[in-house]
Amino acid sequence: MSAALFAKLFRRRLVLAGAVILAAVALLAIFAPWLTPYDPMALKILDRLQSPRAAHWFGTDELGRDVFSRVIFGARYSLMIGALVVLISMVCGVLLGLAAGFFRRLDGPVMRLVDAMMSFPDILLAIALVAVLGASMSNVILALAIVYTPRVARVVRASTLVVRELLFIEAARALGISTWRILFIHILQNIASPILVQATFIFAYAVLAEAGLSFLGVGVPPVLPTWGSMIASGQQFAHQAIWLVVFPGIAIILSALSLQMVGDGFRDLLDPKLRKAM
Amino acid sequence: MTRYLASRFAGMAVVMLLVATLVFFITRLAPGDPAAVMLGEQATAADISQLRASYGLDKPLPVQFAYWLKELARGNLGQSIFLQRPVTQALWERAEPTFFLTLFSIAIATLIGVPCGIVSAVWRGRAIDQVFSGFAMLGASIPSFWFGLILMQIFAVALGWFPVAGYGDPGVPLADRLHHLVLPAIVLGVVNSALILRFTRASMLDVLGEDHIRTARAKGAGEARVILHHALRNALIPVLTVLGLTFALLVGGAIVTETVFGLPGIGNLVVSAVLRRDYPVIQGALLVIAGLYVLINLAIDLLYLVVDPRVTY
Repeated sequence: MSAALFAKLFRRRLVLAGAVILAAVALLAIFAPWLTPYDPMALKILDRLQSPRAAHWFGTDELGRDVFSRVIFGARYSLMIGALVVLISMVCGVLLGLAAGFFRRLDGPVMRLVDAMMSFPDILLAIALVAVLGASMSNVILALAIVYTPRVARVVRASTLVVRELLFIEAARALGISTWRILFIHILQNIASPILVQATFIFAYAVLAEAGLSFLGVGVPPVLPTWGSMIASGQQFAHQAIWLVVFPGIAIILSALSLQMVGDGFRDLLDPKLRKAM
Repeated sequence: MTRYLASRFAGMAVVMLLVATLVFFITRLAPGDPAAVMLGEQATAADISQLRASYGLDKPLPVQFAYWLKELARGNLGQSIFLQRPVTQALWERAEPTFFLTLFSIAIATLIGVPCGIVSAVWRGRAIDQVFSGFAMLGASIPSFWFGLILMQIFAVALGWFPVAGYGDPGVPLADRLHHLVLPAIVLGVVNSALILRFTRASMLDVLGEDHIRTARAKGAGEARVILHHALRNALIPVLTVLGLTFALLVGGAIVTETVFGLPGIGNLVVSAVLRRDYPVIQGALLVIAGLYVLINLAIDLLYLVVDPRVTY
């Protein structure tokens, strides 16, 4: 990743807009305790189900908690879960994909496993895994990382197949550079862009999937204000307090959309040969 | 050709076997004794050991796995713990709403995605392309359950045009039951149209750059004829794959939407099985849905042979 590529990337308005929204959401998440007017957990039953007003920008929920503060704190949990899912699935997917793409003998077995795992709809596999592991934040992260690892592996493998045939790899071999060095320095460096593109999309999917799991009641325990669990508990009051559903939903859309805007613009800049691997 | 078919079927068999293995071992990841988990906290030691014996859980894992595969080959997915009936029957009873929901969603997604994708490709880079591409990105960013809740509040609760939730009683006419599916089908159709739009656009752009299109224009074919006759026919072939796979993924992926609208479909069955830890049902649903995906995948590849004369194996 060169500075020139980044400059080219951010010259696109859509990418820039996505990056700005994303940065804003991330900053809100990091500085949540200093930015929120109320404690997101503080109950105030007398003020329950108030519509949006000066004192409560996004209104209050069924227990009188400030929705604005909860949405901001929700960014912390939702983004942290998304980031950890991306990190774990990237590490596992890169290892699997490099192995399958580089060592011909491993290609068949690894890719059949990837095919088998990708035969399950994301959310279904995630639900089954959480059901078995037990509903907790760490298990949600683990389950989603397992779900997205095959996707990463597939992209990494396809990109590795392209790069493996390039002349400089042959040159590196002729120079006697070790296989490990070729794999983790030379190849990995050259497939970094498709991996990063995939990371932004998986981040978006993970935020959406976490919300879906929490909504179904098989995700993060409802006491933690994630966007999905806020919509789930707001659902039964939706007919009298639609803001309980609207604001966390907009937060999800904004973060998923901004991630896809960055990823999409990034993908357009990819080397055409590697773009085919996506 | 025969060789291709043979290798394709063999590959499918391997993937199916892997799917079955994954499904079996996923449910064995559960911490603790499955029999104890199934029976709940009030179970006595005698109850647990009896259930263990009746499910063969007292045997070594490879033996259990072999037995499970053997039953699977005979079409036996086991017995639901809570529903007091075979898993296949439980799945079958819930198939109707899921089937129609998937069908309508795909129809809506195609009706939105394909024309918008074509328009986007033909007027590439123009305002209309940007609007549609923006729509596609938005569609991929909206959580379906949220979209469902909002539509439900507007069109079912406030305006009263559609039933709020459920699927009608078993006795009501089919049309009445299908009326319950309108909103959920719109939700899934719009959300999934995004992917189809993107695919149609990309495929169309690929084809429009090919030589035979230039030739068609050179020989004086009208632009409408070039696009609709020469380009579209070729461009739609890859779109078939996306349509088929979306169909397969929707059967199990509609879980969240089914839950929002209280539809008694397969997704709903899975969610209640998960909440009750009814492992045979979870296993059975996973297997059937993944199996459907693998089969549809194969069917599309074979369909290519028919619709695209250039494809020979």
